[in-house]
Amino acid sequence: MGLLEPTLEALRRLAALDPALWTIIGVSLQVSLAALAIAAPFAIAGGYLLAGARFTGRRALVVLLQSLLSFPTVVVGLLLYLLLSRQGPLGAWELLFTREAMAIGQVLIAFPIVCAFTLAAVESADPRLHETARTLGASRLRAALTVLREVRFALVAAVLSGFGRVVSEVGCALLVGGNIAGHTRTIPTAIALETSRGAFTEGIALGIVLMAVALVVNVALAFGQGSGQGSGGARQVLHGVGGR
Amino acid sequence: MSHVLPPSLTHRRALVANVLSGLCLLLVVAPACLRPAHAAEATVMARPAAERVIRMATTTSTENSGLLGWLLPPFEKACGCSVRVVSVGTGAALRLGANGDADVVLVHARAAEDRFMAAGHGSERRDVMYNDFVLVGPKADPAGARNAGSAASALKAVSGRTHRFVSRGDDSGTHQMELDLWKAVGGLPKWPGYLSAGRGMGEVLSMASELQAYTLADRGTWASMRARLDLAVVSEGDPALANPYGVIAVNPARHPGVNARGARELIDWLTSAEGQARIAAFKAGGETLFFPGLPKPGR
Repeated sequence: MGLLEPTLEALRRLAALDPALWTIIGVSLQVSLAALAIAAPFAIAGGYLLAGARFTGRRALVVLLQSLLSFPTVVVGLLLYLLLSRQGPLGAWELLFTREAMAIGQVLIAFPIVCAFTLAAVESADPRLHETARTLGASRLRAALTVLREVRFALVAAVLSGFGRVVSEVGCALLVGGNIAGHTRTIPTAIALETSRGAFTEGIALGIVLMAVALVVNVALAFGQGSGQGSGGARQVLHGVGGR
Repeated sequence: MSHVLPPSLTHRRALVANVLSGLCLLLVVAPACLRPAHAAEATVMARPAAERVIRMATTTSTENSGLLGWLLPPFEKACGCSVRVVSVGTGAALRLGANGDADVVLVHARAAEDRFMAAGHGSERRDVMYNDFVLVGPKADPAGARNAGSAASALKAVSGRTHRFVSRGDDSGTHQMELDLWKAVGGLPKWPGYLSAGRGMGEVLSMASELQAYTLADRGTWASMRARLDLAVVSEGDPALANPYGVIAVNPARHPGVNARGARELIDWLTSAEGQARIAAFKAGGETLFFPGLPKPGR
């Protein structure tokens, strides 16, 4: 069996706008965007604070944070499963096999990514920026926003990395979501299912859909952040990232 | 403080380079890993290398229940070859056979097997054994499926109300069996409690236990997981729940690369008196899970 024929068949089916396919795309986007909306503000704040803070154990915390980047999503799913199971401590919430459970898992997966990338971005920013802002009478919050605005391209890249990871992850979504048709079936779990039943054409079609969704989200964010000109005159540390 | 992560652009380039070199490494190493040094391969050198490995595509039920681990070693020893088992859903197992990626297919979905044979993918099909399905659900049985009589009416009792049913939904043999049972009671009713999970038997049983839902399970997987599940059998023993397994040799005329000799020997052995006796002797959790030959009517 060649690769070309199922790919073409997949494209034909995409053009037919199958409602079941759109439900899957909807669930994927809903869960992943909700997870990022919750995780990103805390992760960015955490990354910023960690960049400026000086305390014992900071180095260990940074190493731990970076190690969490490689934490297998299926282990996140397993831990969450044990928490939410009927026998688990949070069993009474009855969240297992719901979109909420999947979103919680994705928050846990996205947080270290966005946090670590924010940390790196803030540390690579010119330290004089923060000092100058404070000297000019800016409050701590105002100074923080100035620095974050300065490195916003890197922040967008951080959020996009988080999105890329959660929208494409299958281990946690499968474990705590259950891949229930019309409820918790996302694009990656649907691909896993189609592959397991030997329906490679559908798997490829969904793979193309996932690529398209990622492309749309990336393009939207790239336009949303503007051209990056006239941002206050400070140097564009990570201009290249925003220019995609 | 030095950069904890390099700026993203450099980071990305480094990442691409890493991924590429990783892929290259994988390409070099993978073929070596695919040929584990097997005792049988080392001792019997008379057999051509290509015929010393038999690739079997089968369903998760035969592998997960432990049957193949019990059944295959005596054959491998006698034949001087090794059987590499890929356990997937019935649909995927047949697909592996149809693509020439397996030499032998051992599955339980008669209609799909017949289509496979009719399409010329198999050179020979034989009945090997059978097991049966059970309908399981919450121990309190709120749907009253225990008193429903036949398996199909038990399923009917579960449907349409507030009860939940987790379906495999993955074109597996178990899923086919479920759809056949629904057909017997006028088709699959649409109700919100019908959850199509599209996952393996073990996952679906765990889901049913968590959600206190009903589901249809093969007896092997059920017996191996029963202790960990908060579920009970609510319907069993109906002849409609019998589940015959067939073994098929992939057609060498269609796929010249397949190990036809090995496939033939494996099929002969599975259906021999010795193979059949070994199937009958297999027990998991103290229970006989597979019965040799074809199902007897009325069991």
